[in-house]
Amino acid sequence: MSNTSGKTPKLDKLDKGPWPSFVKEIKRAAEKSPMSKDLLGQLELSYEEKIGHWKHGGIVGVFGYGGGVIGRYSDVPDKFPNVAHFHTMRVNMPSAWFYSTEALRKLCDIWEKHGSGLLNMHGSTGDIIFLGTVTDKLEPIFAELTEAGFDLGGSGSDVRTPSCCVGPARCEWACYDTLNLCYDLTMHYQDELHRPAFPYKFKFKCAGCPNDCVASVARADMSIIGTWKDGIQIDNGAVKEYADKGMNIQKDVCGNCPAKCMEWDGSTMAIDNSLCRRCMHCINVMPKALRPGKERGACIMIGSKAPIVEGALLSSVLVPFMKMEPPYEELKDLVEKMHDIWCEEGKNRERIGEFIQRVGLGNFLEAIEVEPSPYMVEHPRDNPYVFYEEYFEEGDEDEGEEEDE
Amino acid sequence: MSQDAKKRVTDIGPPHYEKFLPEMVKKNYGKWLYHEILKPGVMVHVAESGDKLFTVRTGNPRLVSIHTIRDMCTLADKYSNGNLRFTSRNNIEFLLTDEANIDPLIADLKAMGFPVGGIGNAISNIVHTQGWVHCHSAATDASGIVKNVMDALCDKFESMSLPGKLRIALACCLNMCGAVHCSDIAILGVHRRPPRINHGILSNICEIPSVVASCPTAAIRPTTVNGKQSVEVNEDQCMFCANCFTVCPAMTLSDPLNDGVSIWVGGKVSNARHEPMFSKLAVPFIPNNPPYWPEVVETVSKLVELWAANAHKYERMGEWIERIGWPRFFELTGIEFQKEHIDDFKHAGLSFKRSAHLRF
Ligand code: SF4
Ligand code: SF4
Repeated sequence: MSNTSGKTPKLDKLDKGPWPSFVKEIKRAAEKSPMSKDLLGQLELSYEEKIGHWKHGGIVGVFGYGGGVIGRYSDVPDKFPNVAHFHTMRVNMPSAWFYSTEALRKLCDIWEKHGSGLLNMHGSTGDIIFLGTVTDKLEPIFAELTEAGFDLGGSGSDVRTPSCCVGPARCEWACYDTLNLCYDLTMHYQDELHRPAFPYKFKFKCAGCPNDCVASVARADMSIIGTWKDGIQIDNGAVKEYADKGMNIQKDVCGNCPAKCMEWDGSTMAIDNSLCRRCMHCINVMPKALRPGKERGACIMIGSKAPIVEGALLSSVLVPFMKMEPPYEELKDLVEKMHDIWCEEGKNRERIGEFIQRVGLGNFLEAIEVEPSPYMVEHPRDNPYVFYEEYFEEGDEDEGEEEDE
Repeated sequence: MSQDAKKRVTDIGPPHYEKFLPEMVKKNYGKWLYHEILKPGVMVHVAESGDKLFTVRTGNPRLVSIHTIRDMCTLADKYSNGNLRFTSRNNIEFLLTDEANIDPLIADLKAMGFPVGGIGNAISNIVHTQGWVHCHSAATDASGIVKNVMDALCDKFESMSLPGKLRIALACCLNMCGAVHCSDIAILGVHRRPPRINHGILSNICEIPSVVASCPTAAIRPTTVNGKQSVEVNEDQCMFCANCFTVCPAMTLSDPLNDGVSIWVGGKVSNARHEPMFSKLAVPFIPNNPPYWPEVVETVSKLVELWAANAHKYERMGEWIERIGWPRFFELTGIEFQKEHIDDFKHAGLSFKRSAHLRF
């Protein structure tokens, strides 16, 4: 068969073209790693047969952790013995994915010594993904990682590795310090991150402004999205510069404002900030002229997830505005209450968003002691079937009045 | 416990990010004033102090070898004081303080086969999952399709010719590890054959009550096959979500004849102008056709071209479709509207047209 002969005619077709090729990468790793060579062979087989050849199952990990390693086994180990065991390790990335070349080289050395030499920069949740090693190597890799200052990320029903956008490190729109919050949450929840004890996974994502460069609204159980309360800062001179350079301020900026709350008369930009929805459009197109306001914080949204199990959800508003300053006590108190009720009453494999759908947001709010607010809904209910919890009986009313006196 | 185990360090978390921030970033942290896009893939951030930080962004296949990472380190040492970062869409960014280094860096990257772009009104990298490279539940390959689609659209990564931003994502099954469900274009692997049950091993490796409970449509019931405890699936009720397979490996959904790819359009996560939106179904099924997946590439390219030709400035795919309406979308794309396009899961009625606002 072509694939055990080491020939990979189908995959070879993908090592050309203008976009950098993953096949080239696997081949590069395969020059030194028999694992990567067999990975290439098994992938060629998948391309021939149009089916994957991995099995799940078998709990593997490092001592004392319940997450961070995903067991993976080939279902054709006779043909590709070097990937019979091919486990993934998730390594917690630094906030906003900044690296020194020194640190990256160190990671490469560890992975060259103990694994396939292939990795994902990065995985969907944000971790550095070491692709392919065997059970015996897990402890040595872990020891060398911790010595280099790195640790494993989350997997399974635990706090998943929090991630954040580039934030104040290089973005003028960051309304709070996303890198710091991300690091702080990661450190605060080390136990919850490494030892799964939840009904299902729990993700934090920290976005500095409503542009949401980490897709938190779609992918995080708690989406922390930077915003501001006061008015947009306007530099009229700079607006004029954009206009002079050919920008159609009326059409491109004001015309696209979803709130229709902007006016430009050729010399002055006026924004009705009480109607502004903090959508970022105008700021995005005129970064030199407009800036978020000065009273900054974040909107806390909860519950988004991919379809599995009961369908996809976007996060929804829990706290419209919260100051985001270390040590983030208010946020952590809130998280703790959320985790308590979810751990107590959530079903197995029920994300917090699905849990809220099941028990009702109103009941959830009561449990976490947050007052309902119109900011939390698109509109009040339009269905009249209200679950009232109590009712009066004859004579109750009088007693009520007496109590009032 | 052995001595080794005692020395063992745990729960140290990731390195503190400050260790990796470029000096200029540390100095101007939180004090950036504005940025400008200088050309495709290159931008400058200007700080209150007047400092300028130049960013050069390059594509990245995401699945990389340590050798390529080391090459990138060599470039970073040469041009950006050893500083680089990755973006949330898996691009690589070099952070330069010396403007004169921009063009030599770009030349070196291009010589290595790494395109520079993905900033502004361009397509960014395709966020994607593992596919046949490393996933047990994949209905398609991820890296292969991404490579083909990006080959076809690479000029739109390297230029800023599009009306607005274009975010494509791919997930190899409905588990959707990635923000696929809120992308301008989402490529999603789908299974279409109900689980085939390995009755011989099921009760040894799976807990029957959790298998039964895993099914969102209650299609799974306990049963006995040849004297062994197992489960059966009411196939009419199966929507191929693979929840059962996730909890029980003896319920295989993968099947070469029936697996393939669906295409979804019009989602977004950013709040700019329109609120975040889910992607909606455009093409229910395209068979797997490796190594080139020509039908997928053609469909995606056509969608991009139509949008690019018809959208207003800044208008994302979903905003454009909302303006013209779905009937015109199907008319323009030539995609046949079928039964599968109509939702029939929970809250399906919310997606029915509930007004007489019709564009003819
Ligand atoms: S941020 Fe959005 S809503 Fe507010 S003024 Fe600008 S465009 Fe309008
Ligand atoms: S694939 Fe989904 S719907 Fe079908 S039997 Fe499994 S859990 Fe039920």
